Amino acid sequence: MVDISYYILLSAVLFTIGAVGVLVRRNPLIIFMSVELMLNAANLAFVSFASMHGSLDGQIFVFFVMTVAAAEVAVGLALIVQIFKSRHSINVDEMNSLKG
Amino acid sequence: METHGFAFLAPWLVFAPVVGLLINIIFGGWFMKQPWGERAIGAIAATASGAAFVVSALLAYTVFAGHGELARWTLGQWIYIGDLKLDWTFRLDSLSTTMMLVVSGVGTLIHIYAIGYMHEDVRFKNDIPRYQRFFVFLNLFIAAMMILVSGDSYMMLFVGWEGVGLCSFLLIGFWYDMDTLGRSSWANSNAAKKAFIANRVGDFGFLIAGFLMFWRLGSFQFDQVFAAAPTLAASDHTTIILITLFMLIGVAGKSAQIPLYVWLPDAMAGPTPVSALIHAATMVTAGVYLVTRSAPLYTLVPEAQYIVAMTGAVTALFAATIAVGQYDIKKVLAYSTISQLGFMVAAVGMGAYVAGMFHLITHAFFKALLFLSAGSIILGLERGHHHLAHGHGHGDHHEEVFDPGDMRNMGGLRKTMPVTFWLYMIGTLALAGIVPFAGFWSKDEILLDANLHYTGVYWILTIAAFLTAFYMGRQIWMVFFGEARHEAAAHAEESPAVMTVPLMVLAVLSVLGGALNLPFEGFHNLTHWLGHTLGEVEVMPLNWVVAGASTALALTAIFLSWWIYGRNPLKAGQPDPLKKPLGLAFTGMENKWFVDEGYWFVIVDRYVDISRFLADKVDWEFWHDWFHEKVIAGTYNWLSNIALNEVADQKGIDAFANFLGKATQWLSGTTRKFQNGFVRSYALSVFLGVVIILGYLLLK
Amino acid sequence: MSIDLILFLILAVVAVATALGMLLSKNAVYSALFLVLNFAAIAVFYLLLGAPFIAISQVTVYAGAIMVLFLFVIMLLGAETLAPSKVLRGQGWAAFGLAVVLVAETVYLLVSRHAAVGVIARPDAFLNTMDSLREIGKALFIQYLLPFEVTSILLLVAMVGAIVLTRREKGG
Repeated sequence: MVDISYYILLSAVLFTIGAVGVLVRRNPLIIFMSVELMLNAANLAFVSFASMHGSLDGQIFVFFVMTVAAAEVAVGLALIVQIFKSRHSINVDEMNSLKG
Repeated sequence: METHGFAFLAPWLVFAPVVGLLINIIFGGWFMKQPWGERAIGAIAATASGAAFVVSALLAYTVFAGHGELARWTLGQWIYIGDLKLDWTFRLDSLSTTMMLVVSGVGTLIHIYAIGYMHEDVRFKNDIPRYQRFFVFLNLFIAAMMILVSGDSYMMLFVGWEGVGLCSFLLIGFWYDMDTLGRSSWANSNAAKKAFIANRVGDFGFLIAGFLMFWRLGSFQFDQVFAAAPTLAASDHTTIILITLFMLIGVAGKSAQIPLYVWLPDAMAGPTPVSALIHAATMVTAGVYLVTRSAPLYTLVPEAQYIVAMTGAVTALFAATIAVGQYDIKKVLAYSTISQLGFMVAAVGMGAYVAGMFHLITHAFFKALLFLSAGSIILGLERGHHHLAHGHGHGDHHEEVFDPGDMRNMGGLRKTMPVTFWLYMIGTLALAGIVPFAGFWSKDEILLDANLHYTGVYWILTIAAFLTAFYMGRQIWMVFFGEARHEAAAHAEESPAVMTVPLMVLAVLSVLGGALNLPFEGFHNLTHWLGHTLGEVEVMPLNWVVAGASTALALTAIFLSWWIYGRNPLKAGQPDPLKKPLGLAFTGMENKWFVDEGYWFVIVDRYVDISRFLADKVDWEFWHDWFHEKVIAGTYNWLSNIALNEVADQKGIDAFANFLGKATQWLSGTTRKFQNGFVRSYALSVFLGVVIILGYLLLK
Repeated sequence: MSIDLILFLILAVVAVATALGMLLSKNAVYSALFLVLNFAAIAVFYLLLGAPFIAISQVTVYAGAIMVLFLFVIMLLGAETLAPSKVLRGQGWAAFGLAVVLVAETVYLLVSRHAAVGVIARPDAFLNTMDSLREIGKALFIQYLLPFEVTSILLLVAMVGAIVLTRREKGG
């Protein structure tokens, strides 16, 4: 018997660590991994609630999230490869040409 | 709703010409680029009009098969406001189907004629692309006229009424950028505006009548109005008189009666098919139709009937006198039309609705015939003139202003344009009222009625009929006999078959049209037919005295015209032989009794004076110079100089504005640092937002 | 302290530790490996929560496919470490500060709204039979058929996109 709030707190902590990773790391690959971590944190919360309510819907959602994450990783990594090809660097701090 | 025979076709009265005009609007430009384009446009327009005729015939058959019983076909709801419930309903009875047949029948013939006429007209006027526009307008007119005659309420009639007014305006001003001789000027567009404004005055009367009707009778629908009218007439006679008299103003505007007739002669600025279709055969008879349709109202008030009859009779005589003094072939016919419309209005005013409608029908035949023949003559002269100018290579022919419509330039056309001559002859005899042409029977019926009921009207109309025969005789002698008074007339050429064949059809109708309603036992066809709608109408036996007198007068008039114009044909440059014996009177006729000048003096000049007073004195001197400049601007300047300039403006407002500018600069300089292009710092802002929003939700 | 709770705490420590490891590693390869561990820990959580299908998917899709793709790209680009950068120095501290605030907010939320939460029971034996898988299949192919098909289109689009983006230009 585990209180659901433990799971929610764990999920929140993992999510926050992922968010911090997005904010502080300069390597787009690690930023990407942090995003995946955030998604996982959300998935964990989904499955916890599904388990609490005895319903399958949460699991189905996690399944879809995984699918979308896979698609996102494929396109995102392709973009990173392409950026590296054109600029020979993947440091996000060197990419500020969007400045207005 | 139960259906009667072909009643379901009724909307196609309007849809058919609308389809035609849409095709010509959308594809006309492309057609005009093809070698066969003009014929295609004309054929489509004529087919659309012809389809309306076929529908009219089927609807007339439906009414006939139903023994004249009224049929209706509702297309949909129209105006539903409060108690007012008005449907868009087509009314099919013997009266409306008769009008439909006349409008679409004559209209189709004129469409066919116009294919040939406009083909040459656009070339003489050097603007070929305008050919397409003409047929669009012509179809639009047929559609509007069909709404007018088929409406089941005064509102629907009014929609058509305004629609035909619009088409009339568009078509009078068809050559809006030139005058009737093709010179660059705004004369034609001024004529169009004149027609529109004169009609506006009439429409104002119609509208007032409509408002009164709705106010006191509670409906616009014909049957409801007629059912409610007798009760009101018993309690409030004046209102019915007001309704009918305001309606008469509308009639005077549309059917060119005194005092609003002045627009019709100027309307001859439109191309001749327009003069024939709109300003002779169909649209101008709308007023007659309106009175006939409102017969149950007019029957209630004999006073109003008398005024209508006198208006018509006086107009008939007045216009006939002017026609005697005109030189333009179309102007003569225009005044003749006004005069004949006067006959019709007088007839319906006297309660002789069948006689009025009968004359309307026959007049549509022979006046369309006369106008179209006149158009043929004018084009014949144009051809002759063109031929001369090109054939001899004389430059001065281009310089000379040649008026192909002036009868003083004609003469001897009998030989050069024989077909047109005979057609014109038939039209003339019909109009003059010679046995057995159509005009005789219808005019005789009006005179007969007048003789029985209104002796004064009878005498006025008889004199008008005499003058009619006279001016038509004068025209024949001047145009077709004698010697050519201009080279163009000597070289005039006959018109092609596309123009003469419709004329022949109209000529046959002008000869036989009288058979619709012969004054013999068993031949009162039209009387019985219209009786289904108008109730039982008095059947007129032939009165030999009246008929004989009018025939004798007509023959005398023609003889007199021969005596004056035929015996010694007019020479070029010679003044009109009537000028000497009649003196001042003829000058009056020649100058249309100075009515236009009178209107100009009494209305337009006064209007200009008032406008000038308002503009110069009130607006400029008082309002602008004194009030704005002195009072407002002066006070303002004084105030600004004294109080606002030094202290408030420079120290207060300026400083504030400068502060705003500086603050904006500082703010933008600071905030632009946030826009640094680093995606991570943007993400940080997002994260900050998340934290803040979550915190707000928690602490709320 | 029940055995469930002990198990949860051990796993939670592992998950948080590996997450921090991913966050703090200088070398991207280490980060990726830490993340694999983290995903494995979460997969065990899924088993504890009675979701064996998701747990297996987590291991195969995330830890297997996606993370291998990451490692492949890291090594392909040689992007294990980056040179130090001078811009956005304060960003890290700001982010940590905000993170602490966010966690604090979550804790406060859980404490203040404790009444609304429930408990997670130990999964029963049924979940480890074929029938539970059948249930998921039914839900996926009946109730969620349309979203399922849409995801297939999404994957196709992602595939096409990835190919287009990394394709070598002709002659370039």
